[in-house]
Amino acid sequence: MSDVSADLVIIGCGPAGMSAACEARALGLSVVVLDEQNEAGGQIYRRISTAPAPLKELLGADYAAGQRLATAFGDSGARHVGGAAVWNVSPAGVVDYVAQGRAQKVSGQFVLLASGAMERPFPIKGWTLPGVMGAGAGQIMLKGAGTLPRDPVVLAGCGPLLYLLAWQYLRAGVKIRALVDTTSWAAHLRALRHGAAAIRGWRDLRKGLELLSLIRREGVQVYRGASGLAIEGAERAEGLLFRHRKEMVRVPASLILLHQGVVPNAQLSWSVGAKHEWNAEQLCWQPLTDAAGRLGDLPIYVAGDSRAIVGAKASAIQGRLAALAIAGQLGQGADTEQRARQLQGEMAQATHIRPFLDVLYRPLDEHRIPPADDVLVCRCEEVTAGQIRHYVALGCQGPNQAKAFGRCGMGPCQGRLCGLTVTELIAQARAVEPSQVGYYRIRPPIKPVLLGDFTE
Amino acid sequence: MSNERLTVVGGGLVGSAIAYGAARRGISVRVLDQGDTAFRASRGNFGLIWVSSKGGGMMRYARWTRDAARLWPELHEELLALTGVDTGLQQTGGFWLGFSEKEVQARAELLEKIDKGAGGIPYRMMEPAELRQYLPGLGPAVVGGSFGAHDGQVNPLMLLRALHAGLKKRGAEIISGVDVVDVRHQADSGQFSILSRDGQRWSSDRLVLAAGLGIPALAEKVGLYAPVITTRGQVLITERLKPFLHYPTNKARQTREGSVQIGSTSEDVGFDDRTTTDKIEWLAHRAVATFPALKAARLVRAWGALRPLTLDGYPIYQRSESCPGAFVAICHSGVTLAAAHAFVIGPWMAGLTQPPPDFEVFRSDRFLDPNASFSHDH
Amino acid sequence: MTTDSLFRLSNLAEGATVTIDFEGQAMEVPEGISVAAALLACGARDFRSSVVGDQPRAPYCMMGVCFECLVEIDGVPARQSCLIPVRGGMCIKRQSGAPALDIEDEGEGHE
Repeated sequence: MSDVSADLVIIGCGPAGMSAACEARALGLSVVVLDEQNEAGGQIYRRISTAPAPLKELLGADYAAGQRLATAFGDSGARHVGGAAVWNVSPAGVVDYVAQGRAQKVSGQFVLLASGAMERPFPIKGWTLPGVMGAGAGQIMLKGAGTLPRDPVVLAGCGPLLYLLAWQYLRAGVKIRALVDTTSWAAHLRALRHGAAAIRGWRDLRKGLELLSLIRREGVQVYRGASGLAIEGAERAEGLLFRHRKEMVRVPASLILLHQGVVPNAQLSWSVGAKHEWNAEQLCWQPLTDAAGRLGDLPIYVAGDSRAIVGAKASAIQGRLAALAIAGQLGQGADTEQRARQLQGEMAQATHIRPFLDVLYRPLDEHRIPPADDVLVCRCEEVTAGQIRHYVALGCQGPNQAKAFGRCGMGPCQGRLCGLTVTELIAQARAVEPSQVGYYRIRPPIKPVLLGDFTE
Repeated sequence: MSNERLTVVGGGLVGSAIAYGAARRGISVRVLDQGDTAFRASRGNFGLIWVSSKGGGMMRYARWTRDAARLWPELHEELLALTGVDTGLQQTGGFWLGFSEKEVQARAELLEKIDKGAGGIPYRMMEPAELRQYLPGLGPAVVGGSFGAHDGQVNPLMLLRALHAGLKKRGAEIISGVDVVDVRHQADSGQFSILSRDGQRWSSDRLVLAAGLGIPALAEKVGLYAPVITTRGQVLITERLKPFLHYPTNKARQTREGSVQIGSTSEDVGFDDRTTTDKIEWLAHRAVATFPALKAARLVRAWGALRPLTLDGYPIYQRSESCPGAFVAICHSGVTLAAAHAFVIGPWMAGLTQPPPDFEVFRSDRFLDPNASFSHDH
Repeated sequence: MTTDSLFRLSNLAEGATVTIDFEGQAMEVPEGISVAAALLACGARDFRSSVVGDQPRAPYCMMGVCFECLVEIDGVPARQSCLIPVRGGMCIKRQSGAPALDIEDEGEGHE
């Protein structure tokens, strides 16, 4: 195994990773970018360089805007390693990964974690049935493969991605049987208190208005203020059940796409032992960093949605700011102060609307912390909400004890799909804050590795 | 029936088993356990009930271990009936596998010595062809091995859960999230007073220190000398696989859930329970050398756990002379010895029974001999 | 089998196609798309059964985090089909519960 080193090793090739690479290269740093996908772009700009023109046109201007960054990244001189599953980042900056069925290493003077976001788990009855997917998954089917739902689809939950997908689907001629919106009226009112940001937010959500008119034109059934979602079906999804205006409503569908926002994919920052804090607005853990994204005194930075949800534009800026700070540490790139100030200004602009979105699209408690005991929380090991509550009654104080008692978080997803739920469930059962409950101790390998990959 | 209260500091496998043993005899028991992220050897345990090769330098320990293994079915049945939690006990016998003729030869000599010395810990050396009858898929790197009929395996996490559930059923109090920083003996009242970092205070008639790595400082406060060192054990765990490995071995075992545990290292690294890439790779190589088919298995977790250990690797079980009612229990085989801790040590430390015969060998005085040198590497 | 697929290939997927085999059935799919997307578009509903409760499962996240899309590809079990692009001639199988190791194939006699 040939060992490689670079000034900066970046994990993740979305907006934050690509921008950081461009900025660092411009300052003369050697850069290696590892990414699980083969093509640069991350989830938001997935397949941006090779998507056919009609697909780009359908996905909209925000997607197409990624092309410029991807091109700049391609020209930057950074070494791009696609299809790389990173399984370990050492506190000293050595990154272990598997690519082409072989365990490999690259060591960086500095490492930037830019692993982005994932959809927030939506633990409701029946969410493990075939035919239930994330709205983000539906969008990946479109971006990555140009595939669309065959039959009328149900979209349920809340958040910008859900509405964006509805808009894209309608433009592609997909029939939407129902849009089941869990945004509550109370959330609308709370969001309005954000004043100027709210006004700008509504303006930024003009696409939302466009969507509304499209929805009306297409005759899509919309249920606002829905709650108590559950999937019906035995072997596969057969319909969505929910409460709407005090009535239970049942909408039949074989494909139900759920979404209630995105959360940081923080597996890497946890695994290096960095401190994290509970973000009570975004209802997720985020690593504690300095202004530039550095984790304590480790040679490791975090940028973009894996640090806290900020969206694509702000992620890109954070990537650049981290690269500037790293170049400064390496004594390269003089006179970066003005550049940093300019980026910080852009950052403020790009994140202005965030608190408004966090309040408006705050997922309902009952869709994060299942009230019913029989809802599966850990999909891999098939552990229910009731079992977690039982472990708390036995004396479990946090996720690690619950994991030891009931195997939640021990499966191949390594807690990604149950971690937040388990933290919040235990906090609720103990009547304490999530910050007092903590999170799973995440250790390498943060991706499953074939034992044979070590012996090749 | 005694009204005395026994407080056990440490809710891991050792403390819980002793506490359970006292509680099932009607003693009023309180367990003080640490929080969610404690250094917890119980959670990093390999899950073997292992008799073979134990006690080469202390025959009393060899017998203690064998007798503990014999008590296991009773503990398993009792916990299952009481709590519904299945410890996953399988006492099928287990295999030690060697990669070189030299280590196989040394193994044979050790097992012979223990069998003779302890009076009946039978074993059987096997050639690869015979090993394969029991362990299909064994790789060519294995040149020989031994079989110990007393050996077996258990799910250590389920054991811990069963003990905690059993304690609750027996009316014991488990207080979690407690970091005990001080214990005092009041000579006039004979009571122990126990203080936690966050200022909570308890009093107790009897005190058992079973807090693993936290013991030495506390033991000193009640007149007990209890030196503890640590070794780090790293363990790899695969995804669940269909059953293929029906016996535990010293290099890998398949749990009843289907995951294969690969272990384990033994490293002197102080209070550092992280995993390291070099050891993960070393364990992976060793596992694939033992069972080549494992190359198609996925590693999903790796563990580093600190194990408390005495200087010679053998336990300390001791009562305090100066503070009557205080006891210390340190050992690094919390699984193998669990039933003996529950059925023998618990009642003794609760004041209900005398210590087992010849138990003085487990006193810590043995470490005070200025001419002795110790090795825990066995 | 393809009559009730959840997704359909659209005119947005252009370019060359390759043929893959899923459970003995040949499927023609666009080159370069993920195995999971290809199977979903060709009518696969459940990709595997769960390892504890033997319940049907299918892709949920499509981006490598949920591990619901595990299938056997070319003899290697438990591969994340949402991360692996299709290649011509690929042989894909459903997975029933936990993967099985090929014990018979190994060990005896060779170094």
